Amino acid sequence: MKNFAVHRIYAMLGKEFIQMRRDRTTLAMLIGIPLMQLFLFGYAINMVPRHLPSALIVTDSGPFSDSIVSALANSSYFDIGHTTYSRPAARRLLAQNRVAFVIEIPANFSHDVVRGAGPSILVEADATDPAASSYAVAALNGLATSALRDDLKGPLAARAPQAPAFNVIVHSLYNPEANTQYNVVPGLLGIILTMTMVMATSISLTRERERGTFENLLAMPTRPFEIMVGKITPNIFVGAFQAALILGVAKWIFHVPMLGSFGLLAIAATIFITALLGVGYTISTVATNQMQAMQMTFFFLMPSILLSGFAFPFRGMPFWAQWIGEALPITHFLRIVRGILLKGNGWIEIWPDIWPMVLFLFVAGTVAVTRFRQTLD
Amino acid sequence: MSGQPVAKPGRKPGGGMAIDVKGLTKRFGKKVAVNAVDIAVPEGQVWGFLGPNGSGKTTTIRMLCGLLHADAGEGTCLGYDLRKEADAIKRETGYMTQKFSFWEDLTIRENLEFVARVYGLSGVRRLVDETLEKLGLTARQNQLAGELSGGWKQRMALAACTLHGPKLLLLDEPTAGVDPKARRDFWDEIHKLADGGITVLVSTHYMDEAERCDKIVFISSGVIVARGTVAEIVKASGLITYTVEGEGARQLADRLRGQRGIEFVSFFGALLHVSGYDRALLESALAPYRSDGKLIITETVSSLEDVFIQLQQQAGA
Repeated sequence: MKNFAVHRIYAMLGKEFIQMRRDRTTLAMLIGIPLMQLFLFGYAINMVPRHLPSALIVTDSGPFSDSIVSALANSSYFDIGHTTYSRPAARRLLAQNRVAFVIEIPANFSHDVVRGAGPSILVEADATDPAASSYAVAALNGLATSALRDDLKGPLAARAPQAPAFNVIVHSLYNPEANTQYNVVPGLLGIILTMTMVMATSISLTRERERGTFENLLAMPTRPFEIMVGKITPNIFVGAFQAALILGVAKWIFHVPMLGSFGLLAIAATIFITALLGVGYTISTVATNQMQAMQMTFFFLMPSILLSGFAFPFRGMPFWAQWIGEALPITHFLRIVRGILLKGNGWIEIWPDIWPMVLFLFVAGTVAVTRFRQTLD
Repeated sequence: MSGQPVAKPGRKPGGGMAIDVKGLTKRFGKKVAVNAVDIAVPEGQVWGFLGPNGSGKTTTIRMLCGLLHADAGEGTCLGYDLRKEADAIKRETGYMTQKFSFWEDLTIRENLEFVARVYGLSGVRRLVDETLEKLGLTARQNQLAGELSGGWKQRMALAACTLHGPKLLLLDEPTAGVDPKARRDFWDEIHKLADGGITVLVSTHYMDEAERCDKIVFISSGVIVARGTVAEIVKASGLITYTVEGEGARQLADRLRGQRGIEFVSFFGALLHVSGYDRALLESALAPYRSDGKLIITETVSSLEDVFIQLQQQAGA
């Protein structure tokens, strides 16, 4: 028995395209959701937070305190909105989440600097979210050397910090300004496609089953492969459209650099989208109702967001989590997208991430076809 | 009761069997939905499939058209092996589901075109045009199927599942919820198809429909409990039925129920049917009311419905 016939695939495609066209709400969501998320997250997510509210405890009235305070403000990481004299009051502000930092300049600070006693400034940071405070904390280190540079002159020049024996020069490549959007917007391409593609196909067979039309479809001579092609193909077009939309917004609104080949990106995106549709289709062969399909979609979506390197640094995860991440197509797709857009990567650089996606696509497709039951048992 | 089907003269004598299965069994978990069912339907006949709700009619039909795997049993549909050649059976069988199962978000024309393409029929456009014309739906061809009334949905479904010219038609309660006129038209259509040589197995709850079938199979709790022509089934049941009519018949029903020799008492319109197996016992139970001038008690030929109620009671369903 031949596994497929062109006329039946043609029939399935015709039916699916008409049904998709008629389901205006879903279609609108498939286009509306990505746009909304792109603008929402593209503008909202900032990995390098600045202007963090801070409190200052000043018990020193000397001239250097003012220099320290203005240096803090100039760093743009700290907004000193509270000045207090008591440590308990400052602690309360931290606990109440009204400030992220408490900076304490001790009594006799200026005096001790002049005396060469090497006084300390205490900075208390709200480290409940380490990522939020890390950049600001890093900026503090340079402060000690630079803040008093203008003050320690003439007779006080001896108090100025000595030049180190060697310098470390850091070049931040591909994204020198640490612009979060350059990282997040290409990442959103992967996240949005994962969400909409898996969701759209996960309900495809489930809906037929719920409406009772699946029985009819099975009673006809349609083969599993034909049904799958019919269900998946229209969504490849939707995915391609979404990808084009997101990339357009990335280029013209977020000004994300696009150094690499667009054709290469299109090939990678097509493999990625088809792999996702395979996952969605597998879900729909298992789920007995649309609610279940949604739940299973989220089961796949969560690790895709959290373990792929989208939300958190991939290399920061323990090895077992990295292995899970490596098994997800989005992990590889994110590397490819960021590589092509920001680094201008070519075929050779992306190949190590292309073949795992192809493998995933092959496995998902095989599982989907074998999971498909041609009977109602 | 003999299970041997006898080809009825008059109908096109195909000689072969459209359906010939033995020992068909289906279990869902521990529940045996269909238990060792044998059915042999000669080509070109219309067979009725009767039984209470949940008796296994739908399950049996689904096994016949390859939608469910039989746990046990074997046989052929249209000469194809039930287990190994499900695809071949599907190509030459039309199956109409109990619930309307065409795509409600496709138009009538789109539904028919889809079916025609799936079966690889040639001249799809012309074929669909003709079918719409025959159905009288040409003017409404661009309406969504979901907007049709129950009767029209039924007609469209029948047209769609006979579009590819099947040799075997399996209809699962096709006339449930359809008005009497539409029901009659539907049956005229079925007989027309049968005259053209199609074999039909149709499940139903309606006795008048059962009486239009060549033969009837009665299934209860997954087991076939009776089969044959209407006359054969009634005769084989051995049931004796009296009718009581007149003022006070309604009160009489409660008094007769449970008396020795009375199997069951039921109303057919205003007419009370009292049935049992032993004439003497029935007579003695009815004797006290014979003198009542307002009541007319007469013996009648048991109807198919009497027999079915009795079969259903015996099976404990």
